Amino acid sequence: MCFVFRLRKKRKTAGDNGRADSFGFAETKGRTQRPGQAMNPIEQFELQRIAPYSIGGVDVSFTNSSLFMLLAALAAVLLTIGATSKRALVPGRGQAAAEVLYEFIAGTVRQTAGKEGMRFFPFVFTLFIFILMSNLIGLVPYSFSLSSQIVITFAFASVVITLVVLYGLYRNGLGFLKLFVPHGVPVPVLLMLVPMEIISFLSRPISLSVRLFANILAGHVTLAVFGGFVVMLLGAGAWAALAPIPILAVVAMYALELLVNCLQAFVFAVLTCVYINDAIHPGH
Amino acid sequence: MANIVLAAAEEAAPHESPAHGATSHGATQGTVEHHGGGDFPPFDVNNFTPQLVWLALIFGMLYVLMSRVALPRIGSILSERESRIESDLSASRELQAKAQAAAAEHDETLRATKAQAQGIGRDAQQQAASETQARRSAQEADFAKKLAEADAQIAAAKAQALAHIEEIATEAAGSILEKLTGARIAAETLRGEFKTVKAS
Repeated sequence: MCFVFRLRKKRKTAGDNGRADSFGFAETKGRTQRPGQAMNPIEQFELQRIAPYSIGGVDVSFTNSSLFMLLAALAAVLLTIGATSKRALVPGRGQAAAEVLYEFIAGTVRQTAGKEGMRFFPFVFTLFIFILMSNLIGLVPYSFSLSSQIVITFAFASVVITLVVLYGLYRNGLGFLKLFVPHGVPVPVLLMLVPMEIISFLSRPISLSVRLFANILAGHVTLAVFGGFVVMLLGAGAWAALAPIPILAVVAMYALELLVNCLQAFVFAVLTCVYINDAIHPGH
Repeated sequence: MANIVLAAAEEAAPHESPAHGATSHGATQGTVEHHGGGDFPPFDVNNFTPQLVWLALIFGMLYVLMSRVALPRIGSILSERESRIESDLSASRELQAKAQAAAAEHDETLRATKAQAQGIGRDAQQQAASETQARRSAQEADFAKKLAEADAQIAAAKAQALAHIEEIATEAAGSILEKLTGARIAAETLRGEFKTVKAS
């Protein structure tokens, strides 16, 4: 995606200065001549307004982020609705994958939040599959990773915490506040413990969102930096012989990133279940 | 947070520009990056609202699709399969029980038939044996009767032969006496004499 972005930028530049035919060349030349500065690992996180639009002063532009949200949702729909349309008794590959995901998340919700937590199963499942799909699509080179946007992960986390607080109050009334009072602890200790519990509860949306955001961001930056090493080595004369080393590192880290991206989606879902369990059973 | 990001943007701008060409860069960034929030896009406040709006829209739609269509469908597929497997298993268990019963029945029939066959064999053997015995004893009795008859005949023949010997002996004695003495002795006398000799 960053590549496309560069082209757009350059095209505008070219239009302004009347150098319509040279932008592509200048691009490659710039990269080979100054490889160290040509690679910008942050560029992949830039938001690009594909269709700028605003309603009543609110910016609702269709961005590359929106595009990849659509793609992630589409992938989720294809996997869970498209692949199961045959309702086969003996599932095909896609249906088997959808069933595995279903049973996996259903099992996680049931184990962590109990039977009553199953009413939040659709929510947890949607959250999980959306994050999983956007993470996996984000790993495709030149694409955009939604989880690298703190606003997205924080939106998820705030929805989760809001849900937990509202459902906890709805189900337990003021009994929900027992969440902050650990059971069977002497009163003097409680004086210290209750503020800590409150702080830990308040920090949940932050830790939940930052964990996902930081993991994905760091992974993508690392991949881009090591990719940049390859370019730098290739542009450094005899040192080009060393270029395969960072390539191997990139391959190894890409495998790790695949794991991390799936794992973080799962961690997000599990923590959501844990918090929902707190809403259902506040006295622990 | 916005202040920090803006400050970072001002700081970072000179670093970035040599890569693109110093003359055109400023104008480009102004138009494409919208308000120029910063060099670290995830922290750019201007990027928040469009993403939030679209996230709410798309995630909401996805949630509706998942909770209304996908998950009930997968759930029904799974429960259908489970009940199908359950029914198939119970049917197979039933059939297995039936097969075992049939096998037991078969074994029972086999045993009974075997016993019956053995009984028939034994009966036939006994019958044959008794028949043989009866025929044998009948034959033996027959043979004994014939033997006795033969014995009687032999005895009769012997007696007859002995009687003839007496006649021949008296005749021979008569003719010897006639030749020696020239006197004819009556047969009656000879016979009487013979009897006295034989008796002594």
